[in-house]
Amino acid sequence: MNDKHVLRSNVLSGLGLVLMIAALYMVFIYVPTEKHTGVVQRIFYFHVSIAWVSFLAFFITFIFSILYLWKRTMRWDAIAHASAEAGIIFTTLVLITGPIWAKPVWGVWWTWDARLTTSLVLWLIYIAYLLVRAYATEPARGARFGAVIGIVGFIDVPIVFLVVNLWRTQHPTTIIFEGGLTTSMLLALLVSIAAFTTLYVLLVFQSACLKSMEADIKYLRSVQAE
Amino acid sequence: MENMGYLFAAYTIIWAVVFGYVVFMQRKQRRLQRNIDLLRESIDKPKK
Repeated sequence: MNDKHVLRSNVLSGLGLVLMIAALYMVFIYVPTEKHTGVVQRIFYFHVSIAWVSFLAFFITFIFSILYLWKRTMRWDAIAHASAEAGIIFTTLVLITGPIWAKPVWGVWWTWDARLTTSLVLWLIYIAYLLVRAYATEPARGARFGAVIGIVGFIDVPIVFLVVNLWRTQHPTTIIFEGGLTTSMLLALLVSIAAFTTLYVLLVFQSACLKSMEADIKYLRSVQAE
Repeated sequence: MENMGYLFAAYTIIWAVVFGYVVFMQRKQRRLQRNIDLLRESIDKPKK
């Protein structure tokens, strides 16, 4: 890693830390406790922020997969791969925090509701993306197959987002866009989204650096073998 | 303060997963950097 990379990484880490502390302050101290569901509603701020970041991550994978198939530049593939990895981490957290919130509110950990089921399908699609890449015989073939899954798999993202408005589900609808939040709640949510978006950028940046280092090792090994 | 346990569990898991992933990446980065240094060293050696 060169100095520019270290500086960029430090700036992102600093910004992420400040935003995360602000988000935690707002979630636990600034916003009032919701009347109907009580203190457990505070899971909402991070649950929704993490869900938003997972959608963003898969959108970036979708864009960079198209770019990779078009230009065949390994750098685009590295970003698509790194973003998919981060997207899986965040979707895993959505699938864990959702049931923790559901249990006290709905009385069950899991139900085969349309939003929950499509979210689980989304997670499985990108797990398949990683497995295809990991088990491909050649890296270029893995990148090509991965790019196809990254493009086709993205179809599930708008489905996950819109499903609560299209079908009758137990999951709350997109209240953010319907004015269902007070100003303080909306502000806390926006700060949380900013914090997790910064964290996502940092994770993708670090992960893409690792993939570039792996490529360097492969190149150096080929030089050594000659 | 009903359901405090659920709130605590959710935030603990979020931080544990994020922190675990960051540590995993840092360790991998150190290991790869060590490999790169060793390979560069072994390539440069015969030239000297």
